[in-house]
Amino acid sequence: MYVAVKGGERAIEAAHDWLAEERRGDPAVPELTLEQIREQMTLAVNRVMAEGSLYDPDLAALAIKQARGDLIEAIFLLRAYRTTLPRLGVSIPVDTGAMRCDRRVSATFKDVPGGQVLGPTFDYTHRLLDFALAAEGEAPRARQAEPRQEPTPRVTEFLNKDGLIQDEVRTEDTPPDMTRQPMEYPAGRALRLQALTRGDEGFVLGMAYSTQRGYGRTHPFVGELRIGAVEVEMEIPELGFAICIGEVTLTECETVNQFSGSRTEPPQFTRGYGLVFGQTERKAISMALVDRSLRWQELGEENTGAPAQDEEFVLAHADNIQGTGFLEHIKLPHYVDFQSELELVRRMRADAMTAKDPAT
Amino acid sequence: MTDAAYNFAYLDEQTKRMIRRAILKGLAVPGYQVPFASREMPMPYGWGTGGVQVTAACLTPDDVLKVIDQGADDTTNAVSIRRFFERTGGVAVTTRTEEASVIQTRHRIPETPLTEGQILVYQVPIPEPLRFLEPRETETRKMHALEEYGLMHVKLYEDIAHNGAISTAYAYPVKVEGRYVMDPSPIPKFDNPRLESAAIQLFGAGREQRIYALPPHTKVVSLDFEDHPFDPSKADHDCDLCGSGSSYLDEVIMDDEGGRMFVCSDTDYCATRRARGFRGALSSEEDAA
Repeated sequence: MYVAVKGGERAIEAAHDWLAEERRGDPAVPELTLEQIREQMTLAVNRVMAEGSLYDPDLAALAIKQARGDLIEAIFLLRAYRTTLPRLGVSIPVDTGAMRCDRRVSATFKDVPGGQVLGPTFDYTHRLLDFALAAEGEAPRARQAEPRQEPTPRVTEFLNKDGLIQDEVRTEDTPPDMTRQPMEYPAGRALRLQALTRGDEGFVLGMAYSTQRGYGRTHPFVGELRIGAVEVEMEIPELGFAICIGEVTLTECETVNQFSGSRTEPPQFTRGYGLVFGQTERKAISMALVDRSLRWQELGEENTGAPAQDEEFVLAHADNIQGTGFLEHIKLPHYVDFQSELELVRRMRADAMTAKDPAT
Repeated sequence: MTDAAYNFAYLDEQTKRMIRRAILKGLAVPGYQVPFASREMPMPYGWGTGGVQVTAACLTPDDVLKVIDQGADDTTNAVSIRRFFERTGGVAVTTRTEEASVIQTRHRIPETPLTEGQILVYQVPIPEPLRFLEPRETETRKMHALEEYGLMHVKLYEDIAHNGAISTAYAYPVKVEGRYVMDPSPIPKFDNPRLESAAIQLFGAGREQRIYALPPHTKVVSLDFEDHPFDPSKADHDCDLCGSGSSYLDEVIMDDEGGRMFVCSDTDYCATRRARGFRGALSSEEDAA
């Protein structure tokens, strides 16, 4: 005898209890602390802050712990929390030219004022599992040197002096906020960059990679990649001037792209731009490539129909929280829709059978 | 018991005001999809975030809320959403259609006719009825503006040419007050006639950032052709529990030898009928006693 499915509430509670137990794992193993996650899983924390659009390493560490290391789930937790925060105001644009760089490299010039600074990078490490890490050892110490004192001007500015690179025109417009108004297409560059910087790292990487492989060819060099801390300043109306309210670590990438000119533009180099919270190099470079690819119209280039040239396609599908939610919703009950399909298919089959064999 | 850390019904008042403005605009232009700045909710996109935001913007502390999914009050996601509003709004909840002032639904319209003063809130996955014919938002907005619905009619015609029937069984497109073609959300087409209702009907699509609405007694016509009229079909059975011959039925598999039974998808409707003494073919002994 069929019993109507009752007890959904109890099932949900039991599932949540089990989840909590699984999250903790074997109680004989010491529990992870937020400090451990923040300090030793830093790049995961950075990704969660970048795609969660909230710069708070402690909350990101908490989200990662709660999500059992599922970073998209952690990003979701941070986003949902972010929704509840008031928007107090807008900072003045951060000056990445004044960044205290931990890392700063250019692929276009052998040496540049400010120097090539490798910083803490995986580049040139041989990807051999380090079995020594499996045992607890002494904390490694890097050798020390005096920090460089000279300023680190932007590499693309050198090209700009000769007019060899397309100029970015400064505007004083307050950019729109994609978390406070609905996305409308065409979105414009400010909104595009916002969507890309919080977009899924894998998706933005895939889009960027596709342009390198030939789907809408862009031919970029990393003009400059810099990672470091910048000050965030805000105008305080009561004071009448801007004060520093904190510091964030950012990754900034400017690509230099060949451009043979078009009907409207002379031959010159063009730029793609990426700016992401934290040390998030892969994402910032990917973002710069996709940004450049989406600028085809503005630069009078041809639309070759490549996916990475299609603003609506890229922006509408870059968000992993939207994507994963809609994807996973197909786990929800669909009895009603399925039932109506079932009846339609049965009726159409019956009609088709009758038509095939009118004798019966 | 309200969670004091959050505002009544979770969203802050500014956000609710923004959503209410979108709802009012939607009611003023029935069937038109109003863009709104959908917020990130503490439940996943695609799981009713649009409906939840619309419900949050409509609820007052005196409201009585009913939440259904697939017609049932006790499916897991309905339970989850009902608990969310109990926790963040402290509102009274019910499973009785007549007693509810706000009903949030996924995929069904309750069997019991709604009355004036009630609000039915739909969860909408894809608000754009033309989306699977034209993927670009920039294009579909133009098509709506120009009332350019030829593509939809061609699709329905091709269905008939290929299959002998319109092969859309749910989310069956409708025309609202002779103007906008609207997606009624994935309700079975059986429910389409009840889109003409005395209640206010609000549609929320969170991920797609759209709200649209049907004011009471709005004219809603399911698209069809003169020689292929719209047919709101359902399973050719009566409910095996309450005997109703007019309600929408779920098919339940009983064993692995093809045994099945049909039961009302609207659990409140079915339970109410059984309480009044109606019986179906497979009602248990205790029920009959």
